Amino acid sequence: MIHIHNLSKTYSGVTVLNIEELHIPKGESFGLVGNNGAGKTTLFSALLDLIQPTTGYIQNGESKVNESEAWKSHTASFIDESFLIGYLTAEEYFYFIGELRGQNKADVDALLAGFTDFFNDEILGKRKYLRDLSKGNQKKVGIVATLIGNPDVIILDEPFANLDPTTQIRLKGIIKKLATDRDITVLVSSHDLIHVTEVCERIVVLEKGKLVKDIKTSEATLKELEAYFSKEEPLVE
Amino acid sequence: MIKHFINLEWKSFFRSAAFQTNLVLKIFMALGALYFIGLFTLAGVGAYFGLEEAGYEPLQTLNKFMIYYVLFDLIIKYMLQKMPVVNIKPLLLLPFNKAKIVDFALGKTMLSFFNIVHAFFFIPFSVVLLAQGYDALHVITWHLGMMALIYVNNFINVFLNDAMALVVGLGSVILGLGALQYYGIFDITPYVAPFFQGLYDTLWMFAIPVIAAIALYKVAHGYFLKRLYLDAGLAVKAQKASTENLDWLDRFGKTATFLKNDIKLIKRNKRSKTTVIMSVVFLFYGLLFFTGGIESYDNPFMKIFAGIFVSGGFLFSFGQFVPSWDSAYYPLMMTQNIRYQEYLKSKWMLVVLATAVSTILGLGYLYFGWEAYAAVLVGGIYNMGVNGHVVLLGGAYIKTPIDLTSNKKAFGDSSAFNVKTLLITIPKLLLPIALYAIGHFTLGPVFGYALVALAGVAGFAFRDFMFKKIESVYKAEKYKTIAAYKQKN
Repeated sequence: MIHIHNLSKTYSGVTVLNIEELHIPKGESFGLVGNNGAGKTTLFSALLDLIQPTTGYIQNGESKVNESEAWKSHTASFIDESFLIGYLTAEEYFYFIGELRGQNKADVDALLAGFTDFFNDEILGKRKYLRDLSKGNQKKVGIVATLIGNPDVIILDEPFANLDPTTQIRLKGIIKKLATDRDITVLVSSHDLIHVTEVCERIVVLEKGKLVKDIKTSEATLKELEAYFSKEEPLVE
Repeated sequence: MIKHFINLEWKSFFRSAAFQTNLVLKIFMALGALYFIGLFTLAGVGAYFGLEEAGYEPLQTLNKFMIYYVLFDLIIKYMLQKMPVVNIKPLLLLPFNKAKIVDFALGKTMLSFFNIVHAFFFIPFSVVLLAQGYDALHVITWHLGMMALIYVNNFINVFLNDAMALVVGLGSVILGLGALQYYGIFDITPYVAPFFQGLYDTLWMFAIPVIAAIALYKVAHGYFLKRLYLDAGLAVKAQKASTENLDWLDRFGKTATFLKNDIKLIKRNKRSKTTVIMSVVFLFYGLLFFTGGIESYDNPFMKIFAGIFVSGGFLFSFGQFVPSWDSAYYPLMMTQNIRYQEYLKSKWMLVVLATAVSTILGLGYLYFGWEAYAAVLVGGIYNMGVNGHVVLLGGAYIKTPIDLTSNKKAFGDSSAFNVKTLLITIPKLLLPIALYAIGHFTLGPVFGYALVALAGVAGFAFRDFMFKKIESVYKAEKYKTIAAYKQKN
């Protein structure tokens, strides 16, 4: 589904991302971990054609993301609050995204009905604009909006951050369900090793922009990751 | 402690995003400030001699109208000057005395441009008074009294943060009083002028505004000290959301999705509302030209200029900043299933619709003869056909993020100046004037108007071609634009 080739990004002489080859097959649930500055958000931004890679390319579906816009119709993403429109209410925002993805109000309502628990009665029918919601509630809106219109690829940057424990557990349930669907490719980044090992079948560790581990998730994965991140000396310099 | 505050201010000023831009911009900012200072200074000197020449006693006449000056100042302050709330939050947790923080914030408002600029009017005026042999002591007390009144306004404004109704009321009262006076029905000035004149005539009277200013400072100080909490004075008010049904727009097809969004954008954000008010003001701009009030404006070329502005108020104040209006969520727009053409077309449609409305509202100019309205009409056609595209093109180069919820910088976004946007201004204003001039000097004014209108119609004909061009520019600028919008002030 997604193919990264010889990708690098350099800001005034400092290389923040450098991935030679990475292939994410269709239907995989893919987890990205790494410390601050490892290049997670940079990778996702490049994947969404929001930044221009210094070298290399990313292919999403049939075409390269910077050459054709075809990927936009099957890819949904939530990176940060700049993916929300502050002056809309939650409903209006969902309908807006729905219209862009060819879904009418009834389709969107049907989808939202499945998230009543997740929203915990704090989102819908509240007569509040998104800019006035708390950070956690904003995040819930952004995450659910990515599910509108049956996308094939879903990209979530740190979806667990800022969420309360109950919502984190529910979100894990949602992502796990997506992961079992062999048509949907999910890409998630996280600082929470427990969450990410629970929901992803494959985990990639970035450090200083380089791919240092590529693990197929198993019983031992969490231990391995914990050992790696508690190390004294960095592996790669 | 004061040293820390000053240090923070210094850094916030010189490290602000607006200041860190290029040299050209800094020069523009300096020129802008000098322009206002010069204007007020000239007014200060000119007021005396102008009034004297017209046969009035300058000081008495000025005092007579001072009530309007003071009230108008209050409105301007309300519209443009805000309490610097944001800068206070990080200070709360640091070992600063709360009273000191309030002193600092209020002191900062005192040094605001909106207060200082009045000094540039009153000081030259007072100097002229002295030079003309007015009694020095009396002039000084009058001057102090006036400046104290400006500061009274300053502290009133501190309380007024969200009293729009009051300010609209005040504005209507001023307009009403002005109209009543103009038509000779009722004149308020004889009732209030003695107070202002008294500041000169009676030595001790200047103490009244000075004491009022000090008292208001104390009250404001107490008021803020009590409310120095995140959920009180420092809270950002949450608006109650209104939902509206704009389904009637669906007839415009895919474009409607964005059109509906843009209408919500305009209705629900402070900054964009100001823009709409501005475009209404532009409607009246033509009065300066068509009434023959200003001599240098009274020629046919300036009338085309006026026609462009009367019909294009919205185009210039809103269209100019497409796509910056969407800056807060530009990454969303860039990753959604959106075709650039549709996005641009919806913005274009909005601008064209608004221009059409302005052109119709401009029918009032028929009062000044058919030529006046002809200028507005052809200006409107040109705006819709040509300028509608040109502003979209220019927008691609104006990479200033817009903070929708704040009114700051609504008047003249300084960073909008760069060489490319200046170049793009040429076809917006100079080209129609040039076209008109060609017609005017060959076959007469009617031909001139026809040429301008024709250019507009031609613009419509090349619409799809223009959109392709604009689209490619937007695509080329995409990454730079996203990066620029990420930078907040």
